[in-house]
Amino acid sequence: MNEKTLEIRDLRARIVGGEEILKGVDLVVPRGEVHALMGPNGSGKSTLAKIIAGDPQYEVTGGDILLEGESILEMAPDERARAGLYLAFQYPVEVPGVSIANFLRLALNARRPEGDEIGVMEFYGKLQKAVQALNWDESILERNLHEGFSGGEKKRSEILQLLVLEPRYAILDETDSGLDVDALKVVSQGVNAARGPDFGCLVITHYQRLLNYIVPDKVHVMVDGRIITTGSKELAMELDQKGYDWVRQTFVAAAAQ
Amino acid sequence: MSELNSVHPDAAKLEGMQHTKQYDFRLPEDYYYRSGKGLSKEVVEKISYMKNEPEWMLKFRLRALEIAEKKGRPKWGPDLSGLNFDDIYFYVKPSERQGTVDSWDEIPEAVRKTYERLGVPEAERRILAGVGAQFESEMVYHKLKEEWERLGVIFLDTDTALKEHPDLFKEYFATVVPPEDNYFAAINSAVWSGGSFVYVPEGVEVPVPLQAYFLLNAQNIGQFERTLIIGAPGSKFHYIEGCTAPAYTTHSFHSGVIEIICQEGSNVRYSTIQNWSHNVYNLVTQRAIVHKDASMGWLDGNLGSKVTMKYPSCYLVEEGAHGEVLSIAFATDGQHQDAGSKMIHAAPHTTSSVVSKSISKGTGRASYRGLVQIHEGAEYARSNVECDALLLDEQARTDTYPYIEINEKTAHVGHEATVSKLDEEQIFYLMTRGLKEDEAMALIVRGFLDPVAKELPLEYAVELNRLIELEMEGSVG
Repeated sequence: MNEKTLEIRDLRARIVGGEEILKGVDLVVPRGEVHALMGPNGSGKSTLAKIIAGDPQYEVTGGDILLEGESILEMAPDERARAGLYLAFQYPVEVPGVSIANFLRLALNARRPEGDEIGVMEFYGKLQKAVQALNWDESILERNLHEGFSGGEKKRSEILQLLVLEPRYAILDETDSGLDVDALKVVSQGVNAARGPDFGCLVITHYQRLLNYIVPDKVHVMVDGRIITTGSKELAMELDQKGYDWVRQTFVAAAAQ
Repeated sequence: MSELNSVHPDAAKLEGMQHTKQYDFRLPEDYYYRSGKGLSKEVVEKISYMKNEPEWMLKFRLRALEIAEKKGRPKWGPDLSGLNFDDIYFYVKPSERQGTVDSWDEIPEAVRKTYERLGVPEAERRILAGVGAQFESEMVYHKLKEEWERLGVIFLDTDTALKEHPDLFKEYFATVVPPEDNYFAAINSAVWSGGSFVYVPEGVEVPVPLQAYFLLNAQNIGQFERTLIIGAPGSKFHYIEGCTAPAYTTHSFHSGVIEIICQEGSNVRYSTIQNWSHNVYNLVTQRAIVHKDASMGWLDGNLGSKVTMKYPSCYLVEEGAHGEVLSIAFATDGQHQDAGSKMIHAAPHTTSSVVSKSISKGTGRASYRGLVQIHEGAEYARSNVECDALLLDEQARTDTYPYIEINEKTAHVGHEATVSKLDEEQIFYLMTRGLKEDEAMALIVRGFLDPVAKELPLEYAVELNRLIELEMEGSVG
């Protein structure tokens, strides 16, 4: 397997002590590509995102997650982040009293060796670029992390952080949910700004709508804890027209035979 | 200690320096005169004699001792049973070069590193470490001193002020906190030594904060300091006591008295962040009398110590007086921070506000103990109290003891209290951005304290943040 990939290999997982949610997920996202992960509610998409990020609420019962060939299962969430992973949360938390600028400075410095803190100008340059890519006002940087933010602002903040932290692989967990068309365009514009040969991205979404703006290289469909089919961007269109029942009948039935 | 021998040419002095925590060290005892252990009339007389004080001060001290003996210790609040006066030296007159060395470079590396990690301003660092020789900030200090003198500001250590300004001193001393007030104030009155004396004349605004570290010397940072601050009508200034560098003391008992007089229309702020070593009983009386249309603000940060009892108060005695308390308490393993405030509204249209933030970690216990009292006739007095507690783990403890006494119908008093636990989801979120678990926790704690911390001058806010980081280190197994 290509070393420059994020690979999910036969992954099985559950909420600690609960029932199995992921029942053998196989998925490969190479750097330089954007993949979409679609599926009905409750299929395990968000669970997959959280497990990749290392959420301690879940436990892996089988399989592996490989970041450029290395297993990350034993790594804490912060180690995974420093290794180049990023999760844009579906529901980002609020952290009162902590400004976005201050938080991002700490997050950037966490990626650098001690004593080699980022310079003021370099830091400011990164922030400015990210803010502009999202048509945002710089004053947002002085606001406390998601305190009093609207749903749309929180999603935009997740993409702002992505642009500043420059991960090698990002997972966007339903970043489109709750956004109106204008906000959707802005957020997509931000994600597209991050695209490049060194950036791999898994876009989790329930609807095809987002994929009009963030055009994926591949589309995976997840049903009941497994990827049941993978195709090109046209698969998303077809899914949108025919619905998830069509997928279930066509692919789950096929798999059963 | 062999490690120290190799870095320090005068290592004998540092013998006995103990590390209980990395930043919790003690300098060796090196004293010129020390009273016997325990508290007695003879000890008090000796103190007064050694200081060559006027007769009235000796009488005052002896009267205070009698009061203390009559009063006995408070029967409420934290457990003070570990505090045994028979083991305590009540007066230690430092030698000229108490624990001093001639240059910063002679300070043992471990100590220097601690100060550096704390981000203590360099000048302050040097004084706290006992560097008696010249340092760069002396220039700055002299420049400021000239400016103060031009404005008529008096800013001296309390012992010197008694000698140089006897009349002014006598007029105000013990008028805000008389020895009768409470047991520990009586003890302090009997054995006080050091502290700051500030007088800002009518209409004078002091642009740069008066920082106690300019006055720091061995005497000033004693066990029983007595600070007296007078803001004449219309004056405006900020006094900062930056005792964030910990444990320069072998003393296990600290009992200061801080008296502030805010005359008509004055605006006085007093800020302190204290971080005593973890063996210290820290029992302090801080009180201000606030006159017509004057404003008093206390900013009080309590870290360290074994037990702290501290309730900055404002007596709002004339119309339109305003009082404010912003306080932070951080209790870690084995510590009890019993902090709070007192707001006494004794005149119409007086206003007060209290914001208290406490954090408990491990077996630490943080209590908020606050009194709001509205006297009859204090028409339209308004008071608002907000106390928020954050618990960092399961065994940590917090209590709130709000006492509200309202004897005036038109008064308006608000009280709000919240208790929250450290949120796992917040920690996970911050970790997915690359912060280590303890860094994530420290960041949440700093955010929690931010409404108070942002009222501090930048360098002190930075210091506070570093202290919190140090307290949070090793929070995670």
